[in-house]
Amino acid sequence: MASSKSLINLLTFTFGSAIGFFVCYLLFSIILEEQVKIQPHVLHNDPHGQHSADTDNNQLQGQMNFNADAGQHKDEDKNIAEGLYQKVKILCWVMTGPQNLEKKAKHVKATWAQRCNKVLFMSSEENKDFPTVGLETKEGRDQLYWKTIKAFQYVHDHYFDDADWFMKADDDTYVILDNLRWLLSKYSPEQPIYFGRRFKPYVKQGYMSGGAGYVLSKEALKRFVAAFKTNKCSHSSSIEDLALGKCMEVINVEAGDSRDTSGRETFHPFVPEHHLIRGYLPKTFWYWNYNYYPAVEGPGCCSDLAVSFHYVDSVTMYHLEYLIYHLRPYGYLYRYNPDLSKNPEVQGKNEALEDNQKLKQKISES
Amino acid sequence: MISESSSFMKGVVLGGVFCMLVTLLGHIKVGHGTKAHHHEHHHIQAPNKEDVLNLSEDERVELSKSIRVYCIILVKPKDLGHWAAAKETWSKHCDKADFYSSENVKVFDSVPLNTNDMWVMMRKAYKLTYERYKDEFSWFFLAYPTTFAIIENLKYFLLKKDSSQPFYIGHTMKSGDLEYVDGQGGIVLSIESLRRLSQVLGDPDKCPERGGMIWKLAEDKQLAICLKYTGVFAENAEDSEGKDVFNTKSVGALIKEAMSTHPQQVVDGCCSDMAITFSGLSPNHMHVMMYGVYRLRPYGHTYTDALVFLPPAG
Repeated sequence: MASSKSLINLLTFTFGSAIGFFVCYLLFSIILEEQVKIQPHVLHNDPHGQHSADTDNNQLQGQMNFNADAGQHKDEDKNIAEGLYQKVKILCWVMTGPQNLEKKAKHVKATWAQRCNKVLFMSSEENKDFPTVGLETKEGRDQLYWKTIKAFQYVHDHYFDDADWFMKADDDTYVILDNLRWLLSKYSPEQPIYFGRRFKPYVKQGYMSGGAGYVLSKEALKRFVAAFKTNKCSHSSSIEDLALGKCMEVINVEAGDSRDTSGRETFHPFVPEHHLIRGYLPKTFWYWNYNYYPAVEGPGCCSDLAVSFHYVDSVTMYHLEYLIYHLRPYGYLYRYNPDLSKNPEVQGKNEALEDNQKLKQKISES
Repeated sequence: MISESSSFMKGVVLGGVFCMLVTLLGHIKVGHGTKAHHHEHHHIQAPNKEDVLNLSEDERVELSKSIRVYCIILVKPKDLGHWAAAKETWSKHCDKADFYSSENVKVFDSVPLNTNDMWVMMRKAYKLTYERYKDEFSWFFLAYPTTFAIIENLKYFLLKKDSSQPFYIGHTMKSGDLEYVDGQGGIVLSIESLRRLSQVLGDPDKCPERGGMIWKLAEDKQLAICLKYTGVFAENAEDSEGKDVFNTKSVGALIKEAMSTHPQQVVDGCCSDMAITFSGLSPNHMHVMMYGVYRLRPYGHTYTDALVFLPPAG
């Protein structure tokens, strides 16, 4: 009896020591972890403070204060971009609705919308705070075409003389205005033409994808609005982009080729990942049969000077803004340089390029 | 009953005391050889834009060529997807990049280390690197497969730093008294640091293969301990605004944080314009980053940079 009792004692002792050890270990690891990781997340006096500041105006003026960026971008020369801003005036209108102001339109406003010469947010109802224009329609997918017609009408009636080109985008489209201006600078706003991601079915000259955004010349807008007054185009359709494309054909507005000088698409109906990764979009997907030009997946999908992406959620809006306008590889000579073999229109630009070429040579020689 | 519960209590007390002893001893051993260094957070900054603009053209060319970075990527067969992505994307921008693998893999060339232990892998990789490349490179960048790096920005960061000084740079963290570079964000060593490391690796008291008393320490912490013995201390890399340039998270994760902490200035508050690394990326994201960093850009914005980097061949 005595030996079994001492055996039990031994067992309980061992068990107790194991528990004591374990509890003590837990306590220590908690205490020690508390001393860890306090990364001072330093947000110093930000020179970009004015960049995304809310303008209190009723309409959102395109307030491109190019000098607001003084701090971080000291070695950046925006002369060419600024020149284009003055030369190619773009009015953007963003299709949105009351439910999406906080979820989506807000992030558009905080990122790319500021770079339009003028931007308007179009909703079924007016909102003085955001601000949005009230189109007095209902909401819903079947209302899209009607909203589009009314939006263009509004723009035509109030801002026709304020811009050369008129861009429509969704509240989940990201538009790179600098690249849009570069594309449009080669055309005249008096030409009856419009650009976007060209699709081929149903319309002989093709039509532009709604989500990827499309841009009308001044002349195109004039004809489009007139077409409804004279009933050349129908008012109703459940497919906004197709209906618009049909109308464009009727009124002899040309469906332009928006591809860059190396044939790569600039307007994109999806986010970069879906175009860049081979096999992401299954071969049975409608997209492959819709594209007017041969659709490419992988790196050839997308121009370096892309104009738009679609189905961009709020995080991706800022992600794109960061990658495009902030993060860059220092000193890197880009492979694609559309200006290299062109006539020397802009002195400064070509000089910089020549310097780079000289440096390039020096490096490869030595 | 009473005798059992008393022996139980004795056991608990003994277990607790034993555990305390062990942990404290472990701590003392770590703090032992460090010499009284008053440890605050060590910061190290990128060059000033003005300093850099004063260079002549010849100086620029000289500089561009003089900073040579060797990349070490530690991989295991399970990381094959990330391995492939790193191989096809950012690692091409290193002057030379090698994949150090736990074991040989048929699909890709690698330097086989024949161990699965991350710390042993790191030791071996560094040792081999020093032996082979000590005369060829001045800076050594170590990364994990989920890391994405912009080597041009790394070179710019290292621009005016003397590699014959002991640098140990990255995204630093603190664990008790120990300040170490978090491996997730990438680890940068100058040739001098690598030289010292290579020596101390042979010292089993200061830098054993099996570190820590009872609990195994993470390899990035082990590295910091070994380097500390040689007088090399971790420094946190920041840009001129104090933002980290080595990141242990992805852009998406950092943006999400910024959206909740400062929603009025998401992009400005998120990340540096000259960020060097991001981590936690999927292979697809690495391809997207390549497009976003090295191709996609707004027309009409030009820069006068002091260095010139050509795109890699192919």
